[in-house]
Amino acid sequence: MKFTVDWLKNHLDTKFNNNQIIDKLTNIGLEVESFESSTSELDTFIVAKIINAKTHPNADRLKLCDVDIGSDKTIEVVCGAPNAKNGLLTVYAPPGSIIPKNQMKLSVSKIRGVTSYGMLCSESELLLSKESDGIIELKNNKYANKIGDKYFKNNSEKVIDLSITPNRPDCLGVRGIARDLSAAGAGKLKINKKSNLKYRGNQNIKVKIKKEKAQGCTIFGSCLIKGVTNKESPKWLKDKIKSLGQKPISAIVDITNYVMFDLNRPLHAYDADKIDNEIIVRSSSKGESFEALDNKKYILENDMCVISDRSGVLGLGGIIGGTRSGTEYSTKNILLESAYFLPRSIRKTSKQLNIDTDAKFRFERGVDPLSIEEGLIKASELIKQICGGEISNLDVKKIDNYKKTIINFDPFLFEKTTGFNVEIKELIKILEKLGFNVKKNKKILKLVVPSWRPDITQSIDIVEEIVRIKGYEHINISEPIKTRLKPTLNYYQKLFHFLQRSVASKGYLETVTWSFTDSKINQLFKENDEEIPIVNPISSDLNVLRNSIFPNLLFYLKKNLDRGFKDISLFEIGPAFKGKNPGDQLTVIGAVRAGKVSRLSWNDKERIVDTFDVKKDVIQSLCEAGIDKDDIVIDDKTPSYYHPGKSGGVYQNNNEKNALAYFGEIHPNIIKKLDIKTEGLVIFEIRLDYIKETKQKIKDSKSEYKFSDFQKSERDFAFIINKNFKSQELVNIIKSVDNKLIKSVRVFDVFEGENIPEGKKSIAVNVTIQSEEKTLNENDLDNINKLIISSVESKSGAKIRS
Amino acid sequence: MSDIKKIKDDYIDKLNTETNIEKVNNIKSELFGKNGIISNEFKKLGLISAEERKKLASDLNNIKDELQNKISIKIQEIETKEINLKLEKEKIDVTLPERNIEIGKIHPVSQVIDEISSIFSEIGFSVEEGPDVENEYNNFTALNTPDNHPARDMHDTFYLDNNKELLLRTHTSPVQVRTMLKGKPPFKIIAPGRTYRSDSDQTHAPMFHQVEGLHIDKNINMGHLKGCLNYFIKEFFEVDKIKMRFRPSHFPFTEPSAEVDIGYEIKNGKIVIGEGNKWLEILGCGMVHPNVLKNVNVNPSKYQGYAFGIGIDRLGMLKYGINDLRAFFETDYRWLSHFGFDPLDVPSNYRGLSR
Repeated sequence: MKFTVDWLKNHLDTKFNNNQIIDKLTNIGLEVESFESSTSELDTFIVAKIINAKTHPNADRLKLCDVDIGSDKTIEVVCGAPNAKNGLLTVYAPPGSIIPKNQMKLSVSKIRGVTSYGMLCSESELLLSKESDGIIELKNNKYANKIGDKYFKNNSEKVIDLSITPNRPDCLGVRGIARDLSAAGAGKLKINKKSNLKYRGNQNIKVKIKKEKAQGCTIFGSCLIKGVTNKESPKWLKDKIKSLGQKPISAIVDITNYVMFDLNRPLHAYDADKIDNEIIVRSSSKGESFEALDNKKYILENDMCVISDRSGVLGLGGIIGGTRSGTEYSTKNILLESAYFLPRSIRKTSKQLNIDTDAKFRFERGVDPLSIEEGLIKASELIKQICGGEISNLDVKKIDNYKKTIINFDPFLFEKTTGFNVEIKELIKILEKLGFNVKKNKKILKLVVPSWRPDITQSIDIVEEIVRIKGYEHINISEPIKTRLKPTLNYYQKLFHFLQRSVASKGYLETVTWSFTDSKINQLFKENDEEIPIVNPISSDLNVLRNSIFPNLLFYLKKNLDRGFKDISLFEIGPAFKGKNPGDQLTVIGAVRAGKVSRLSWNDKERIVDTFDVKKDVIQSLCEAGIDKDDIVIDDKTPSYYHPGKSGGVYQNNNEKNALAYFGEIHPNIIKKLDIKTEGLVIFEIRLDYIKETKQKIKDSKSEYKFSDFQKSERDFAFIINKNFKSQELVNIIKSVDNKLIKSVRVFDVFEGENIPEGKKSIAVNVTIQSEEKTLNENDLDNINKLIISSVESKSGAKIRS
Repeated sequence: MSDIKKIKDDYIDKLNTETNIEKVNNIKSELFGKNGIISNEFKKLGLISAEERKKLASDLNNIKDELQNKISIKIQEIETKEINLKLEKEKIDVTLPERNIEIGKIHPVSQVIDEISSIFSEIGFSVEEGPDVENEYNNFTALNTPDNHPARDMHDTFYLDNNKELLLRTHTSPVQVRTMLKGKPPFKIIAPGRTYRSDSDQTHAPMFHQVEGLHIDKNINMGHLKGCLNYFIKEFFEVDKIKMRFRPSHFPFTEPSAEVDIGYEIKNGKIVIGEGNKWLEILGCGMVHPNVLKNVNVNPSKYQGYAFGIGIDRLGMLKYGINDLRAFFETDYRWLSHFGFDPLDVPSNYRGLSR
């Protein structure tokens, strides 16, 4: 909402200066976006300097100029002026500028095959003189330091731009703003002068509001003004319209706009001679159409509120008028409309047709239903004053009566809500200044809500009015109450933080990427999940919710590889979506590691990252987050985007359905498809929701501390075993020989090839044996050795290497 | 006697000049071996008279002690020299680089979320969460924002179906609804998380982060709201004093509503929070609207309280001098290394919010 201080003073007697007004507006909830001179069409013209003028390659008479337009920008302009030369200071008009002389809007254009960005202007083009032979030559001493500055000074009055919240339609008119300011002590609201308008004759165009279920209009007021002379608006009116950032059109249109911004009372003026017999306010039928004042043709749906005559639709009530009945300079007789349209109907229609107008904006939020006559009178007076004519009696048709909103307000609610007290007298004064009718009944205030405040429906709204006008600075600070109702974090939230920092501590940089991704990349990672398209994506390559974190991670991995990074470790913790309903999401850590370990190290051998690097990262992170390593079981079944032979799944126990993590190399096909160029690429993911919550706190779950002082022995075994036999199973077989005596089993060598039969491998393990009861003698140890060998041989088909 | 004294003097001289450990050992066996000179002298003791023996034995023992002492000193001396020589040869260039250090980092958004959670934890708030995909009811209707209300236009919403039933939450406020529906008052929660709006330019990203706050109890008023936010802002920016301004505003789900500005100034091109005469809007808040409480089955005549919503990314930008919001989500390795935090740098009350 834009207006000038002058305009405000039409409604407000105030001694406040501009800055005080600005501060007050902000303090009562009318946020000031800006306070500056209104923009002018001439603002775009700037001082520029020709750096280099050379001949156009395709036209001898034209020149190709490199022009310095300030802020370190140089652009290329084609210019036909003979005086264009190196070093000349002149006036530049960028594309989009409107040339005063011919009102043409400049666009980027090709002139004889060379693109010209804007133009250099002559004095005649800027209406400064008749000189049109060459471009303006500015004096060096005056303009040399002004390159990039506006050429024309903007002398217009400063404009206040308010950001009005959707609950305050009354402040979409200057009078409403003045009223708020007066309530807050910034002056006195001026009383409207009584109109001494003389009416002559009746409004003899019949108006009918059809009683229909979907009727979006409840009041239609109008008057006829005969014998007007439409013309350009006088300067004061033009200036007002310009200060709104709008273009003056004609006196009649400008007056209706002026009243709308002055009183938040939209009006519409019809050329009365173009109306076919009568006005019928009704709901549209699907397929009806009309050409609107924005020069677009609209095809209507059912149940849109239209103003029509016998020939058809004239306009959409409260949204936009039509060209058929629009006023022109030649218009002699006008029908002025001041109506009330239901916000719901306006909103629905404008959404369906995608139209946004100042009238729509106001009706949608709620226009004062009791301002019908006021609007007609104010506009008629101005029309008579500027365009002449005779005004008929006002005709107001209604199908519904306005019902007052009455609130019984207990002033105690104010203190209960805000924590401070306002004297009842002051409280009543504030409300009365805002337009409330207040009756005190013992401790309760009976309030009649002003008709221009549709947002006020209940007691809490009254509290807001009072505290807003009184000032939020009166609210006292109460020290925070430290009482805790429950622990800050639950198990999974703690897990989130542990794992996040634990993965980062392995050398991974945490990133945050969009929750959406490119369906083409997502496709490669979605497995059996449904694709979740976004109906209105921000761009076609962010068109689905991500089913996995990897599409984005790999996309950005590639970007970083392209930046020249070779060894990259990245991870993200966040949602992966499994379906489109709320809650169909998992919290997942996705991590990628590319490149080499120990690259360019002077003492370590460099090698490409491999599956066991990420396996370590994933297992260690899980252990750090509190998962017992002994519970972890590895499987080789993984999603299809992993390398089928070089990847694994991590389970918290045998028989678990869902893996809590996967790790391994990414499928070579995907690397190829995404065109990722790196020496090595391994990934892992942890799915936090599948980690089982340990109900016991650590204080309850620590077992008794027991250790054995008896001597321990270590024995090495080497087995020849089927190539596909899993080392994890071998270790389990050995452990199960005697869970008490066998303390640990470590695989320390695996190899295939020389001296090992085809299809077999050799695994060497180191077994630690220790009793908690005695020192084992040779005989005991021999027995265990034998048991280990026989168990392994019988259960796995392995052979001990001799 | 003079013989052995001479022998002793000879050997002492010899030992004095000797530098080779083997030769010292040779001398040792020459003197004290089975047939060593000194050993033999001792053997001779049996052949002389008791009187002479006593004296000679005493002399001999002295000489033996002296020589042995000399030998062991010499050996030690030579060994020390040899070790030093050996160590000298083993010297390495310790300025050569260590084995590769892999430095991971925590994203500023995560760090700021942890900072915020730590501060609110101190004053008794617990953390709640809600899904990124929401239904229309939780995101709007339950929050007193019906479909036909222009306030909906304040949020550019991503939809997942044509009926506009499913959407990406436009704010963290639906967590209020979920929390209150599943529990009984009092409530004292914060809810950080991802939020989405379909606009994208230099200062807006289609995804960003908010933290919601909600405190509902029997006598919570706007003074508590002010106190809570005043405490939070001071703690977060780690300053003793903060210039803060509450300004009336409008959100459908709070009444009265406020926006909060903090004072700032630009010093040497850097923004300084808490002083100065410029204002920066950092959050929206208010008393939870009675309609919202009714929608979640909380009796508004018995319970009341406040709610607030803060943009996390923006707070992080202000605190850590990050200029570009879009860079948060662009995964530039250089940016992540530069603005990221050490994983061990966990914000906490006792160790301090930040280093």
